[in-house]
Amino acid sequence: MTETSTRTPRRSLGGQRRVSEKLILVSLFVCGAISIATTIGIIYELGKESLLFFQDPQVSFWEYITGTIWQPQAGSFGIWPLILGTMLITVIALTVAIPIGLASAIYLSEYASPRVRGFFKPALEVLVGIPTVVFGFFAVTFMTPILRDIFGADVVGFFNVLSAGIVVGILIIPLVSSLSEDALSAVPDSLRQAAYGLGASKLEVSLRVVVPAALSGIAAGIVIAMSRAVGETMVVTLASGAAPRNFVLGQDPWSYILSPFEFGQAMTGYIVITASGDLSYNTIDYNSIFAIGLTLFLMTLGLNSLSRRIVDRYRQEYE
Amino acid sequence: MSIEAPLRPTEEFYPSGDEYDKFLSRRKRRGRIVQMIFLLALATAVLALITLLYTIINDSFGLTAVVNETEPEEVVASLGYDPAEVAIEDLSFDELVGVLQGAISNNVGRRLEREQRFYEDRLVFETESVWAEICSSGEPPAGCDAAPRSQASVLQLVYERVVVPDVIASYELVPSLFAPEAFEEEIEEIFITSPDRFPDYTFDQVQFEWRAWLSWTFVTAPANSKPEIAGIRTAILGSMWLVAITISFAVPVGVGAAVYLEEFARPNRFNSFIQTNINNLAGVPSIIYGMLGLAVFVRIFEPFTSGAIFGIENDNGRTVVAAGLTLGLLTLPVVIISSQEALKAVPNSLRQAGMGLGATRWQTVRSQVLPVALPGILTGTILAVARAIGETAPLILVGAASFITSDPTGPFSKFTALPIQIFQWTSLPQEEFRNLAAAASLALLILLLVLNAGAVILRNKYSRRI
Amino acid sequence: MTHETQAPVTKQEEPATKVDETTAEGMPAPEAPGVIQTVGMDIYYGDFKAVHDVSLNFAFNEISALIGPSGCGKSTVLRSLNRMNDLIPTARTDGEVFYHGENIYGEGVDAVEVRRRIGMVFQKPNPFPKTIYQNILWGAKINGFKGSKSDADALVQDALEQAALWEEVKDKVNESGLSLSGGQQQRLCIARAIATKPDVVLMDEPCSALDPIATLRIEELMLQLKENYSIIIVTHNMQQAARVSDKTAFFNVELNTKGQRTGELVEFSPTEKLFTSPDRKETEDYITGRFG
Repeated sequence: MTETSTRTPRRSLGGQRRVSEKLILVSLFVCGAISIATTIGIIYELGKESLLFFQDPQVSFWEYITGTIWQPQAGSFGIWPLILGTMLITVIALTVAIPIGLASAIYLSEYASPRVRGFFKPALEVLVGIPTVVFGFFAVTFMTPILRDIFGADVVGFFNVLSAGIVVGILIIPLVSSLSEDALSAVPDSLRQAAYGLGASKLEVSLRVVVPAALSGIAAGIVIAMSRAVGETMVVTLASGAAPRNFVLGQDPWSYILSPFEFGQAMTGYIVITASGDLSYNTIDYNSIFAIGLTLFLMTLGLNSLSRRIVDRYRQEYE
Repeated sequence: MSIEAPLRPTEEFYPSGDEYDKFLSRRKRRGRIVQMIFLLALATAVLALITLLYTIINDSFGLTAVVNETEPEEVVASLGYDPAEVAIEDLSFDELVGVLQGAISNNVGRRLEREQRFYEDRLVFETESVWAEICSSGEPPAGCDAAPRSQASVLQLVYERVVVPDVIASYELVPSLFAPEAFEEEIEEIFITSPDRFPDYTFDQVQFEWRAWLSWTFVTAPANSKPEIAGIRTAILGSMWLVAITISFAVPVGVGAAVYLEEFARPNRFNSFIQTNINNLAGVPSIIYGMLGLAVFVRIFEPFTSGAIFGIENDNGRTVVAAGLTLGLLTLPVVIISSQEALKAVPNSLRQAGMGLGATRWQTVRSQVLPVALPGILTGTILAVARAIGETAPLILVGAASFITSDPTGPFSKFTALPIQIFQWTSLPQEEFRNLAAAASLALLILLLVLNAGAVILRNKYSRRI
Repeated sequence: MTHETQAPVTKQEEPATKVDETTAEGMPAPEAPGVIQTVGMDIYYGDFKAVHDVSLNFAFNEISALIGPSGCGKSTVLRSLNRMNDLIPTARTDGEVFYHGENIYGEGVDAVEVRRRIGMVFQKPNPFPKTIYQNILWGAKINGFKGSKSDADALVQDALEQAALWEEVKDKVNESGLSLSGGQQQRLCIARAIATKPDVVLMDEPCSALDPIATLRIEELMLQLKENYSIIIVTHNMQQAARVSDKTAFFNVELNTKGQRTGELVEFSPTEKLFTSPDRKETEDYITGRFG
């Protein structure tokens, strides 16, 4: 080897490897952009098929947003029965999940010793990991029979929104509790100290200082849980029935319209049931699930951004 | 200030003296009660979990009332074995085929063989010449190309065609343990009071047997419409294929996106829009992803997802790959966010050290940052996979067929998945399907448990190395 | 309790004489029992002994300062005077703390009632995220305030006046306490503490997060407050101790054989004496070291 051969001529700065670096950067950017493509895809497809749905001569947009009968075979496309199902289930779910989840969060954040936490926290995490279809099975084989035993089989239908609502509630307890706990533990310890220094008991510190200070965080968590309940599918499909609860305002009594014991298909339930049958493209059924999907998407999007707004406001308040 | 009881306040407007003692003890009592209530709420949540597990286990095992056309013991005895020592599951492949041959007509046998042959190298029911003819015809049956039947498949055929068990009733685990005789009395009662319910059987034919609905046979047997012999192998394989495709899409793309956002992206509007968008996507209900999958992967990309451009014939794009990509999109935000967390946790000094040595940003990321972040990324990935395995709604939307008896063989196969099986069985009215749903749920939970344990082990192993 | 001392609930002289026996050498002659007396107080965090054998006698309507290098346990001592240390699960206090002759660690004494009588102001201002008005009234309410709305208004005004904050906030008592400046927030916290009518106020480095002007205002306020309250203050600022306090306790750190740092009371004297002619050499070293 001669001296000259080991001495390669100096290359200018910004040589070959910068090009491959560019290439990598571009492909990483593409990875990041796929998420945007996903969003565009969702909005475009839902929008396009919904448009086809509303262009169908059988469908009127006005009827869709005001109608209280959903009966595709008869050409009635009013969204309200499906929204009713979703709302009843969500309200029941929140009634179950808010008190239990919030109380659990307060206990875990303010009271529990490390040993107690070490037992309960993983248990709640296990609950998060269980697939929703298993919760659906639980609703049908455990919750519904129990409810029929308690209230009477003639009162509670085999498909009912109560069973679905309670089980969806159980499903979102960990969500409520972990988000609330995050909010509670974000409350600076100095506030607790201040309250104790004034002669407050533990309960007074927790309920009258810590919880109010964490309220916006808790509220944001509850809204997230609500969005989750609205979008929950399998429990709802299995337990609350395969038919929408059509009603006529002024004719059906409110006790029927709002009854927790009756069947009541939710939006997600309708989409799944329709899609699991023989679904061919460009039919009114096919397009209708996209219109409902769009409604659902907008609802959850609205709830999620509401939650983010609450959090943003809370942050401003603290800094 | 009273010296005897200095802690009792005496000011105006505040409780004093005995009143203060009462006030204090009332506050303390209220505190204790409310603390109890909080703890009770927490216990309720855990109780719900326990009840759920109890329900599943309770339905997965228990007594059954069965009527067999031929007893498995007779089958074993007919081959000259002692039924006390040899169970029907222990019989060899050849023996099982022999039993089948002796029990079914040639016509049925030929049909079974056309569905899937028994031996790679020889035919049992068909003749070579007919076989060659039908296989070279325009529409050859599945058996011409498919791999030969497994032991489990033949055993299932023996049960289906020879033993023909009929579970006429099943009992839950707990009553089976504590009051088994009640079950027998109940069945006998039915035979006496309403003989029309089981017109083909007499009570003497009924056998009361323990049955583990979740058993090795259940796990290895293919799907079947008869609950007595149905299994979840097809579904498990389907789920595995899905996971494989989900991972191979979501992990590279997700980690790439996370690396882009954490290591390269300048804080401009567009990049913060990407970030917001990812956070938003994480909150989109899974069913919406299913609709996206249906509209895009199944419909628009049909030539690809049906495998048509690879020369595979399929009626439509409702295949493993379409569903896997759908789940990939669904889990993408989870993978991105958890990978970002992992990258954020890598100390900046490491990056500066790398770049200070003259490495480019990408070289630093690849050789310094990513290895350190790997355990975090891995954990996030496993959690995302765990979520994907349990997802049901998007699979229904992209048209996972519920009744598929043949195993998926590749990305372009029709398939069914474990959660789909659970869904279908749960929605059927018969008691036995309830048992199957419970057993499949238990299998799914065990699978998830294994995955999570794997995540913990992996994390520990890697974090020790670093 | 290893001490032979009986809790002197009725007889007041007893602890005073005992104090003399158990405190460090060079303590002044026996004196009348003050508002708070500690007798042979040891404080532990788990197995770790943070403070060793502290006996102090804090007089009525005086400002007593606790000074010493960091880690000497002065804050720990302060927090054990109203049982704030109970909030740390591993913390344990041995020995006795007498408040008006009653052992606050005695059986049947609730930490809640102790803290109601012995208020506390913290290092960093920590108003609740509520209005100024609600901040003041909060402590009163949980302690069973029974007055009418106008009584409550009067209480708020009185507390804010005592804390020398009324003039600045009288037009905005319904604004958030967090909207105030740091110094104002700290005075709000003082007002909040005195609204529940305690008779001792503990202050844990109340000025360490404030600018010099705000510090000065708080110091002036303390001098006003001692007319009605007994004040015990922890400070890392010796000038502050010299400026405001009547008596000063100096704590030092001792390294034991296991390498653990345990705080110990070195000297407790009238402030002037401690800063000009301390009894103990350690005190002098510390003071001159800092001043010099």
